[in-house]
Amino acid sequence: MAQAAAVAKPPAPPRRRRASATPRRLPYLLIAPAALLMLGFIAYPVISVFYYSLQNYNPTKPWRNGYAGFDNFVHAFTDDPQFWDTLTFSAKWVVVEVGLQLLFGLALALIVNQTFVGRGLGRALVFSPWAVSGVLTSAIWVLLYNSQTGITRYLADMGIGSYGTSWLSDTSTVFPAAVVADLWRGVPFFAILILADLQSVSKDLYEAAEVDGASRLKQFWHITLPHLKDAIVLSTLLRAVWEFNNVDLLYTLTGGGPAGETTTLPLYIAHTSVDAHNFGYASALTTVAFVILLFCSIVYLRLSKFGGGDK
Amino acid sequence: MSTKEAPALAPAPARVPVTKAPRPHHKRRTWDEVPRWQIYVPLSIYLLFTLIPFYWILLFALRPAGSSSLVPWPMTFEHFEKVWTEREFGTYFQNSVLTGIATLVLTTVVALAGGYALARFDFRIKRAFMLALLCSQFVPGALLLVPLFQIFAELKMINSLGSVIIAETVFQLPLSMILISGFIRNVPPSLEEAAWVDGCSRFTAFRIVVLPLLRPGLIAVGSFAFVHAWNHFLFALMFLSDQSKQTIPVGLNSLMSADSVDLGALAAGGIIAAVPVVIVFAFIQKWLITGFSAGAVKG
Repeated sequence: MAQAAAVAKPPAPPRRRRASATPRRLPYLLIAPAALLMLGFIAYPVISVFYYSLQNYNPTKPWRNGYAGFDNFVHAFTDDPQFWDTLTFSAKWVVVEVGLQLLFGLALALIVNQTFVGRGLGRALVFSPWAVSGVLTSAIWVLLYNSQTGITRYLADMGIGSYGTSWLSDTSTVFPAAVVADLWRGVPFFAILILADLQSVSKDLYEAAEVDGASRLKQFWHITLPHLKDAIVLSTLLRAVWEFNNVDLLYTLTGGGPAGETTTLPLYIAHTSVDAHNFGYASALTTVAFVILLFCSIVYLRLSKFGGGDK
Repeated sequence: MSTKEAPALAPAPARVPVTKAPRPHHKRRTWDEVPRWQIYVPLSIYLLFTLIPFYWILLFALRPAGSSSLVPWPMTFEHFEKVWTEREFGTYFQNSVLTGIATLVLTTVVALAGGYALARFDFRIKRAFMLALLCSQFVPGALLLVPLFQIFAELKMINSLGSVIIAETVFQLPLSMILISGFIRNVPPSLEEAAWVDGCSRFTAFRIVVLPLLRPGLIAVGSFAFVHAWNHFLFALMFLSDQSKQTIPVGLNSLMSADSVDLGALAAGGIIAAVPVVIVFAFIQKWLITGFSAGAVKG
């Protein structure tokens, strides 16, 4: 603290070797590489997205390119049912995924936080899907779901369901099938973060509660959960943003199908820009996605009173 | 990154725990209070859910094509040979390793420098910079594909692994920097000051006093960056067009999107994709918990 303040002040007396060893430029030099990378590859692209959102820009139809005002936005909100469909699906996807991941992740963390024989191995095994990529998750679940040699065939052997069922190509089963595949990989994320936070709950609190005769459920409700609150708020928020933006799994598992049933907004944007080359419109949709994300995040942090509770 | 040499040059305590997390050795309740079955039954059910998919892919990778046996016997490695040579997974593997390691090194070094500045200095744009780091969490790489493509085309980096490495690093940086600055804040400044008094430069003091204490955190951040770069799909798909430049996830995707999917090859490719991350994961698992609990989330 003291030295930080000293550094910030204009040149200290020459006696202080500390000041001479750390010129005022040092912190700027240290953040320069990170700042330059982020300016060039995050800030600049974001600005160019905003710019193109006001343009007609399509390299395959150059005669139409030019300033478009808010036409792209008007079109999205009034004239593009696909925008609304994909936005609704994104919302549904995020809420269901994050909710279930949190629930199972919390339960899992509480279990493997106990002391029991085989805990180390148990933790390693249940956490392991965390490291698996979206594409690999898809590959695994494609194997499990395929109609010829997938799990349904063996279920049919046992008399459950019928042969040749393909959960991924049926509009009524594709959503739960995709949700389960993503849960498989997503639950460990919450379990790991919550387990890490559980390490810092003071044991005295539980002992005191025990003396007072509080049940385990009460202890969980009044001690564990309040302690975990900030971690839960932050990790659900990060995860929600991540689930909203992540395209790897659905792109490779269902390709947004069948019949556009599982197309999220980012997938729709990717199709619009990469396949249809409609960069201007895709940029407008991206801008809308940014604004929605930002707005929801702020509302969420406000509602949950993040960081305001204890201490 | 020599972390070994740590001669006690200062009279300061040689070891200060970075993590204050109490080790869970002393369970908070006596062990017989939670009935064993309440642990083992739900855990076993969850384990089945976790492990059956892994078993399934192993089964498909090891049993001969066309077999529907539920045990991988007779065992065959034909799928692996096919995927590694015919489907070029050998090349993809090299590219992925290169991308992963370059991203790891670049992210860790840049985030360490920035994280140190954030933890130890007050400077004019610090608050703005912190805000930018947090905001960048909301910026999805997937939505910036087109402008990023244009930038890399401008830099003549399309179809070179450099573009993927830079893109992965950039999107890993903000969180890594926030985490690392949290870890550095947990190291008391007095330790460094003691080293300065003994005549060390700021850099030397950092290297021999602070760096060794950051090890769990750096391992967590570095392995995060590696696993992320190893797994990530979209940038490689978009920025690399030559087949000889592709990475493993792109190879897996092309196996899946083929007209008739060769399930054995897909399974073998999946195992090749999984092995490095599983090894990294097994190695870092315990660091991960301590690394995160060292004030990362609460920082």
